[in-house]
Amino acid sequence: MELPRPRPRRILGQPLTLPMLRMGPFPLPGREREKNIRNADMDQFLQLIVAGLATGAIYALAAIGFTLVWQTSQTINFAQGEFVMLPAILVLAASHVGLPMWLAFVVGTVGFVLLFGFGFKRFLVEPMQRHGVLPLAIATMALSVLIKEAAKNGFSAEAQQFPSLVPEGTLSMLGAAVSVRDLAIFVVAVAAILGLQAFITHTRTGRTMQATAQNPTVARILGVPVQRMILLTFLINAALALVASYLISPVYLAKFSNGEHIGLAAFIAAIVGGFNQIRGALAGGFLIGLIDNLAAAYVSSAYRTAVPLVVLVVVILVKPEGLLGRKEERTV
Amino acid sequence: MTRKLNPTLLIVLLAFPILWFAPAGLKSYGLYVVALWLVMSIAAMGLNLTLGYAGLTSLAQGAFLGIGAYATAILTVKAGWSLPASFLVSTGLSFAVGIVLGFPALRVKHHYLAFVTLAFSVVVFLVARNEEWLTGGVFGLANIPRPVLFGIDLGGGLAFYRFVLCVTLVLTLVMWWLLHSPWGRAFLAIRENALRAASLGIDIRAYTLLAFAIGSAFGGAAGSLYAPLVEFIDPAPFALSASFVLLLTVVAGGAGSFFGPFVGAFFSYMLPELLRATGGWYLIIYAAVVLVLVMVSPTGLLGLIDRWRDHRSQRRAATIRAAARPTLGARQGPQQGSAS
Amino acid sequence: MTFKTFAAGVALAAAFAAPAFADTVKLIDVIELSGPGAPAGTNWKNGSDLAVAEINAKGGILGKQIELIHYDSQTNPGATRAAVQRAVDEDAYVVLGPIFSGPISASMQITQRAGVPQIVGGEASAFTKQGNPYIFRTSLNQADSMPKLANYLRDEVKAKSVAVVWINNDFGKGGRDAIIPELQKRGIQVAADIATESGQADFAADAIKVKNANADAVFVYLNEEESARFLRAVRQQGIAKPIIGETTLLGAKVIELAGDAANGVKGHVGLLVDAPNPGFQAFGKKYMDKYGFTSDHNGIKGYTAVYTVKTITERIGKFDREAFAKALHGARIDVAQEPGILIDTKWLANGDVDRESFLVEVTNGKPVVKATLPMINP
Repeated sequence: MELPRPRPRRILGQPLTLPMLRMGPFPLPGREREKNIRNADMDQFLQLIVAGLATGAIYALAAIGFTLVWQTSQTINFAQGEFVMLPAILVLAASHVGLPMWLAFVVGTVGFVLLFGFGFKRFLVEPMQRHGVLPLAIATMALSVLIKEAAKNGFSAEAQQFPSLVPEGTLSMLGAAVSVRDLAIFVVAVAAILGLQAFITHTRTGRTMQATAQNPTVARILGVPVQRMILLTFLINAALALVASYLISPVYLAKFSNGEHIGLAAFIAAIVGGFNQIRGALAGGFLIGLIDNLAAAYVSSAYRTAVPLVVLVVVILVKPEGLLGRKEERTV
Repeated sequence: MTRKLNPTLLIVLLAFPILWFAPAGLKSYGLYVVALWLVMSIAAMGLNLTLGYAGLTSLAQGAFLGIGAYATAILTVKAGWSLPASFLVSTGLSFAVGIVLGFPALRVKHHYLAFVTLAFSVVVFLVARNEEWLTGGVFGLANIPRPVLFGIDLGGGLAFYRFVLCVTLVLTLVMWWLLHSPWGRAFLAIRENALRAASLGIDIRAYTLLAFAIGSAFGGAAGSLYAPLVEFIDPAPFALSASFVLLLTVVAGGAGSFFGPFVGAFFSYMLPELLRATGGWYLIIYAAVVLVLVMVSPTGLLGLIDRWRDHRSQRRAATIRAAARPTLGARQGPQQGSAS
Repeated sequence: MTFKTFAAGVALAAAFAAPAFADTVKLIDVIELSGPGAPAGTNWKNGSDLAVAEINAKGGILGKQIELIHYDSQTNPGATRAAVQRAVDEDAYVVLGPIFSGPISASMQITQRAGVPQIVGGEASAFTKQGNPYIFRTSLNQADSMPKLANYLRDEVKAKSVAVVWINNDFGKGGRDAIIPELQKRGIQVAADIATESGQADFAADAIKVKNANADAVFVYLNEEESARFLRAVRQQGIAKPIIGETTLLGAKVIELAGDAANGVKGHVGLLVDAPNPGFQAFGKKYMDKYGFTSDHNGIKGYTAVYTVKTITERIGKFDREAFAKALHGARIDVAQEPGILIDTKWLANGDVDRESFLVEVTNGKPVVKATLPMINP
């Protein structure tokens, strides 16, 4: 396969172009980029799309839980990333105590859902709700530091291996070799999301929950057990975080600091997609995952972390309700 | 002066000599920590104006700290400017950038604004890290000089601490004056009810921008002191987490309360150093304390004290009333208490 | 508020007034126990603790017991500075650490100003170029390792083009800036020049980019955990090209975390517990017995740093910081004289070290030494 030869100008380090311009979503020498793609770098593109969808599926899991919790209880959970980090650590901690792996998974799963599904709602969100959005947001910020530091001191400051259920290796797809694990992550995450969607649309409880999410006040008037429905969204949030945690930890390695990036990505996904829509969070997650991976390959790699944020700012300024969101009534 | 001295001003003027003399016995590490506390108090004071008085949630104060620090470092190390000149330019630059960043604040509020400013913070960090020709990139800028001012060498720990203290005093007085000027009242009016403020003829756009810009300028001023204090800067202390910690600082101290930033900064920057002896656990303790504090008193530490004082004076008033009822006019003693 | 401040001042004063014991000598270790440097710092801390325990059991240095205190640098320059300042205030005889070059650059002026020797674990080339007479290394300078590696890529791997993957911090950028001119000097093309983030978890896109750059070899210069994640991503994308690295890539932690994906990785290593050298192997066993995991090169650095303090102090016969710094410049410590130094080591006038190093390949989850490279100026 003939590939575009390296570009000596980039290698010699410092740029001839204006430094700030390299920050844009595409590298300035557009000719090069065009050539990259035209020169049948379809393989690379396809691989990046698959990797991006896998990353995006994780973001979507985190973003959907985030959105649900926001809808029902106006909680901006700054600890969302830590929620994705923690279950894997709990499982490892349980297995370090000497439990067999399957039991460690059970303990980690049950422990996490109790602590951060039920406990989070009952002992943090409920007492703070009457104070409004900001104090609660600050409390979750402090919670995120607390979880992170507790995982570090209580378990380990270093990354740990996490068992994987999916084999390594590649699979040929449309002529490009794509990673089996990326595909598996994508499939499992999408299955979880479809399951959630089915629950919401096809069961009575699900529909009630949806109604509560859309308008808690009306739901309360209609006699819906609102608190129980809110609790349900917190449990679902914990469950989604759990799935995300078990999926990514074999790749990312289990570490206390893993939540920082995922949490931020989940926020961006939720806002870009639309804060008040599950399908918005879903679309936002995949979009940010794809942007992350494509930016890593096609944008000056030193500035790639800025790309999703630039998208975020553009969305906020142009369509603050998100790409798929509904406009919310502004309160004065 | 014919008016009675304002209590806030009185505290400031009383605190100054205490802070001037009290740390004299400290070694350079202790002085560094106390000076850091003051510097971060300045940054928090700025954020307190934006958040606490004008009600704009900003996650960019860490970035303004960085802008100020880098501007000062570049001007003093590379261009050989003096610190006072660099200080003014750094502060002015932060003010200007603050105005530009304030424009989104005109369109969006609350968490949306938080995210716009968050994106700004990340971009500032990336520029500081990537543009090695200007900022030294990941290698940072070393040997940032401490100046000689009016013949006084500020190189030593105590001298530089006192210099920082003087700047803090000036900036605190500026802030006090600002808040008691019509501007300050306009900020409050916008926070409480923007529509009504507009109907009273307050130019919301101009004041929102101004609140943002002045808050940012304080961040830049703090950064301008941070650089010669640490004598070395690299992008790490100005990463996103710095902005989060500053936000926690202001809220923990009490957003919208004048001394909140000082209390909050004590909490966020001095306490961790004091708790260093606890090994790796101090961040856990810190986070737990903030969490409990926000849950118990969402108005911050000073809010807690206020509430406690209200509560106590109410109770005292109640006991006085109860005591006074049967022996009305018979005793003078307790009534003096009620006046305090 | 005023009272609070005053009370804080008093508390600070009380906290910082350190008592001095006449029969001990105080070493203060400012090290990365949290932040991205935690794996490296933990190894260093354990290594230095091990050395102190051994030396104290044998009667200490010149009859004084060593008191070793660890302060967490948080891998953050500001916090490091505060901790080094504190170490100087507390009258440390020698400051040990840190390892990351940013924190080193931020703190070395303090020890220099106070005239306290500082023995660091950093590999970046910058800080021994500044004429600071109190800074000393425990490992080879990046700038000395890279020519060895470039020769290896040209002569052994026979690579005509190389993809360079580096971590965008002072360590990685320093390594990248050092290797690329060496490659170009030898006519090796740089097919891709990929910056990654510190703490990055998802390396799929970088691996895909490397794969499509189609270079003859991949040069990896990342910190421990990122190295492991990158190796796993490379394995996932089915890349079969030789993967070459410097010390960190072949570290015990990387091999443990990367699992199978580490097999076949080759490179140049300065210090290695598995090297064919009885000193290293004995140290590796002691470390394993005490801490339950294999030490990486940072454990060796921490261990030898303490033995360096012991040997040089015994040579000058007194606890004198200035004499210590003078004596360590140009000193050579041989294993025959002090087994604790583990490998014959020479210090240059700028604080750099010179010693043998190794070419290593990971086979079946174990680093295997393929060749030993001599000192640059024996």
